[in-house]
Amino acid sequence: MKIANKTVTATRLVKDALEKAKHFADYNIFTFIDEEGALKKAAEIDDKIARGEKVGRLAGVPYALKDNFMSTRGDTTASAHILEGCASPITATAVERLENEGAIMIGRTNLDAFAHGSSTENSYYGPTLNAYDKTRVAGGSSGGSAAAVALDIVEFATGTDTGGSIRQPASFNGVYGLKPTYGAVSRYGVVAMASSLDCIGFFTKTPEDMDLLMSVASGRDPKDLTTLPDFYNTNPQLGDSRPVASRPSLRGSAAQSAPVVAEGLESPKLRIGIIKDFDNDVVDAEIRETLKDKCELLKSKGYEIVELEMPSLKYALAVYYIIQPAEVASNLSRYDGVRYGFRSEKSGDLDSLYGNTRSEGFMPENKRRIMIGNFVLSSGFFDAYFLKAAKARTMIADEYKKAFEKCDFILTPVSPSPAFKLGEKVNDPVAMYLEDLMSVSLNLAGVPGLAIPAGRNKAGLPIGLQLVAPRRQDKALIEFAKELQDE
Amino acid sequence: MEIKREDIIHLGKLSNFDLSEKEIESLSKDISEIIKYISQLDELNTDGVEPTYQVFEMENVWRSDEILEQDASMEQLLALTKEEKDNQIKVPKVL
Repeated sequence: MKIANKTVTATRLVKDALEKAKHFADYNIFTFIDEEGALKKAAEIDDKIARGEKVGRLAGVPYALKDNFMSTRGDTTASAHILEGCASPITATAVERLENEGAIMIGRTNLDAFAHGSSTENSYYGPTLNAYDKTRVAGGSSGGSAAAVALDIVEFATGTDTGGSIRQPASFNGVYGLKPTYGAVSRYGVVAMASSLDCIGFFTKTPEDMDLLMSVASGRDPKDLTTLPDFYNTNPQLGDSRPVASRPSLRGSAAQSAPVVAEGLESPKLRIGIIKDFDNDVVDAEIRETLKDKCELLKSKGYEIVELEMPSLKYALAVYYIIQPAEVASNLSRYDGVRYGFRSEKSGDLDSLYGNTRSEGFMPENKRRIMIGNFVLSSGFFDAYFLKAAKARTMIADEYKKAFEKCDFILTPVSPSPAFKLGEKVNDPVAMYLEDLMSVSLNLAGVPGLAIPAGRNKAGLPIGLQLVAPRRQDKALIEFAKELQDE
Repeated sequence: MEIKREDIIHLGKLSNFDLSEKEIESLSKDISEIIKYISQLDELNTDGVEPTYQVFEMENVWRSDEILEQDASMEQLLALTKEEKDNQIKVPKVL
């Protein structure tokens, strides 16, 4: 990415980004643009550079913020009516870390309200259009962020991924999208969806940019006690030029289970897993073809392809659509019109204030998820649904552990098909949920996944593939993605 | 399992929604389909498997019992509500 210096000023970079944002206004990417604030920040950085002072690693880099990250700049709406006018007095840790290094937010991006959705069509502010075809969806829920990077408006954008909300829109728009290991990046100041699944990640144009952002944003945060100790930057792999398989690792997994490679050997046989259970008609033929091509490329580079059987993954989507709504029902019970955001006008007493505010303030998909959540948690159904799903989650996480004894990384499709038409699935919730078929199991298991661009189909739509690594192997995962870059 | 109209009304109450007739109708259809989909979990044998509620690898993250400085002041938080009086949030009558 372009970082500001004496010749390329932050003001220039920010002005370019703002101009492009205006130029692509019809894509409905932004819920808020802060021209004045962004230019002011840029001027401050330019002054520092002119005075010869030290500037951050992201000095003057314009970026877009998914509108479910709190920051004192602009309302934090999560593209939901019920959070209308909610000006946060606090700033998310991830935002703070990026901006401490000089990154400049030019605007907030559109999402499915509360990140509930796979197309950005559930936004109170209308859908975001696909960067490659305006008749198609940008994916979701982080559709605005994906399109902002794909259209080259900004250098990077933030996202949240609970079941695929970074990886699927990244693949629909031909950019990189990382869902890190659970707990790698602080969730403090980000609107909670399903707390045991939510991950903070990024959209970039290159693996190198992703690496830089992770080194800036990840790590322990006293404000989020579910952040892992800083493994990304202290990992001994940092700056290690040896092949991934022969590097030491802080914890077990990829490196330790890899075949022993003699020191000095140039290309160790890294093993890449392919999930047989995903190789069927559910997945678009061109996506499967692309996956096979990448396997051939890897073989030609000396990698070994290992076929994996992961039979529990078949149930991952059902498990996800039990656990996630249960956590959603709990997290979204706080929105009642009392302390912040939208409050219904037509309330005579407190009970009707709650009922009317929630009825008017939530989108239909929010309501479906809250009600399903209350269903699976209610007495009489708890054991058959929620408890059963929690047990199945153990089986899924175990299957990943076992898979990583046989391979170092896994390569899969991201979603069953490339970007679909606007309106195609919006009235069929189950069809929309099936979009998440191959992405949700990573959140259930807590492992990192990176969506990588892998060319385009005959219709010109981007195809993405998903790389999966064991927990805490995020850096190795990003490193490995370079091997699969298009020539 | 079959989802009846009463079930939707009950779930609506649990969720604090005042649902319109039209919504009850469309939610009945959608929620039935979603429950049908997630019910496929029935066929998976989970006997003897321990449940997983979180995938964070650490336990008992302690901190000292001290009041930390807060990011937002009372004034800032009260400014977010629609109606406020004497540092309290005003709502319609409770009873």
